Amino acid sequence: MAGSGTMGLKPKHQRLVLLAIALVVLIGAALLAIWALRNQASYFYVPSEIVAERPAPDRAVRLGGMVEKGSLRTEADGVTIAFVVGDGKARVPVRFSGIVPSLFVEGSGVVAEGKLGADGTFLADNLLAKHDEKYVPREMQNMTDEQARQVVAQTR
Amino acid sequence: MHGFANPARFLRIARWLTPACLILGCVVAGAALAWGVFQVPPDRLMGDTVRILFLHVPAAWLGMAGWMTIAGASVAELVWRHPLAGIAARAAAIPGAVFTAICLVTGSIWGRPTWGTWWVWDGRLTSMLVLLFLYFGYIALADAAQRDGGGNGRVAAIFGIVGAVNVPIINRSVVWWNSLHQPPSITMGKSAIDPAYLWPLLFATIGFSLIFAGVVLARMRAILADIQAEARLRRKAMAEAGA
Repeated sequence: MAGSGTMGLKPKHQRLVLLAIALVVLIGAALLAIWALRNQASYFYVPSEIVAERPAPDRAVRLGGMVEKGSLRTEADGVTIAFVVGDGKARVPVRFSGIVPSLFVEGSGVVAEGKLGADGTFLADNLLAKHDEKYVPREMQNMTDEQARQVVAQTR
Repeated sequence: MHGFANPARFLRIARWLTPACLILGCVVAGAALAWGVFQVPPDRLMGDTVRILFLHVPAAWLGMAGWMTIAGASVAELVWRHPLAGIAARAAAIPGAVFTAICLVTGSIWGRPTWGTWWVWDGRLTSMLVLLFLYFGYIALADAAQRDGGGNGRVAAIFGIVGAVNVPIINRSVVWWNSLHQPPSITMGKSAIDPAYLWPLLFATIGFSLIFAGVVLARMRAILADIQAEARLRRKAMAEAGA
C-alpha cells in the first residue's frame, strides 16, 4: 500500500500526514461552499442592494438597515407608521401597520419583511428589531454623546 | 501526554479533580448568575431582558468548545491511538449537546421580546441548530460503535473531525452574511459590552466551563468503569466455558 515516499515513515506519522491532507481538502471544500452561498445565505437585502436591483413587485423580500433618525412618523389612522431605512449609501421609505417589537427605535437596526411597491415604498407586513453588539446600562443613556463616547472608549 | 495513556493514573487524578471541578464550577456559575440576575443594571434598550446573556453566552461557547473537544480528541485517537482520547470524545458529546440546546432555547426566549420573533432562519441560528443535529449524529454513531463490541470508534472520530468545519462557520456567520443576530461583541481584545455586564459574563463562562469539565471527567470515569466491568464479565464467561 505505502508508496516509496511513505516507506520510511512510522505508521503514526503516516496517519498524521493523511489526516493533515484530509483536513486541507475538507477546509477547501467548506470555503468553496461558503463562497457559493455568500449571497443566498444572507437573511436580508440592504437598501443599496434593493435600490440597485429592484425585486419584482410581487416578490416577498426582507429589507434590513438602520431606521433613520427623525424619519419615524405615525399616519392619520393611528396604526400605520412610516419611516426610512438607510445603510449609508441608499435610503428606502417603509410603511407598516401593526405592533412593532419593543427594540424598534430610531437610529437602531430593523429587518422588514414585505414587498417593494411600484412607487419605491417598501410595504412591510412584519418588522423585526435588530439589536446591535453593544450592551450598555440604562444610566449611560442620559449622558451626552461626548460623555458616552468617553465611556465607550474606556471599555474598549 | 502519554503519561495519561495509563487509565489507572488518569483515574487517580480524576477521582479528586471531578468533584473539585463540579463544586467550584457550581459555586462560580451560581454566584455569577446571581450577580447577573440581581445586581447588574438594566440595558438601555433591552431592560431586564439582558440578564439572560449570562446563561446564553456561556452555553453557546461550551456548545462550540464541546465540539472542538470531540474533534481534538478524535485527532489524538486516530493519529496517536491514545486509549483515553476516544473515551474523552464520547464523554464530551452529551454535555456539549445539552449546552447547545440551552443556547438555542435561551436565545429563542430572548429573541421573542427583543427581536419580535422566536426563531428566524438566519446564518447564526441555522448553523447553531446544525451543530445540535451534528451532536445527535455523533452520539448515535459513537453508541453504535460501542454496542458492536467496543472496538471501532473510527467512524465516529472521522465524523467528529469533519463536523468541526461547522464551528468556524457559526463563529463567522454574523460577519459573512447579513443576519438578524448581531455581530460579535467581543473581538480581539475589544469589547462592546459594558464592564458592568462583562465581568459577571466572564465569571459565568468560567463557572460553566468548570461544570462542563467536571461532567466530562465524570462521564470518562463511568465509561472506563463500564469497559472494566464488561472485560471482567467476559473473562468470567470464558473461564466458565473453559471449565
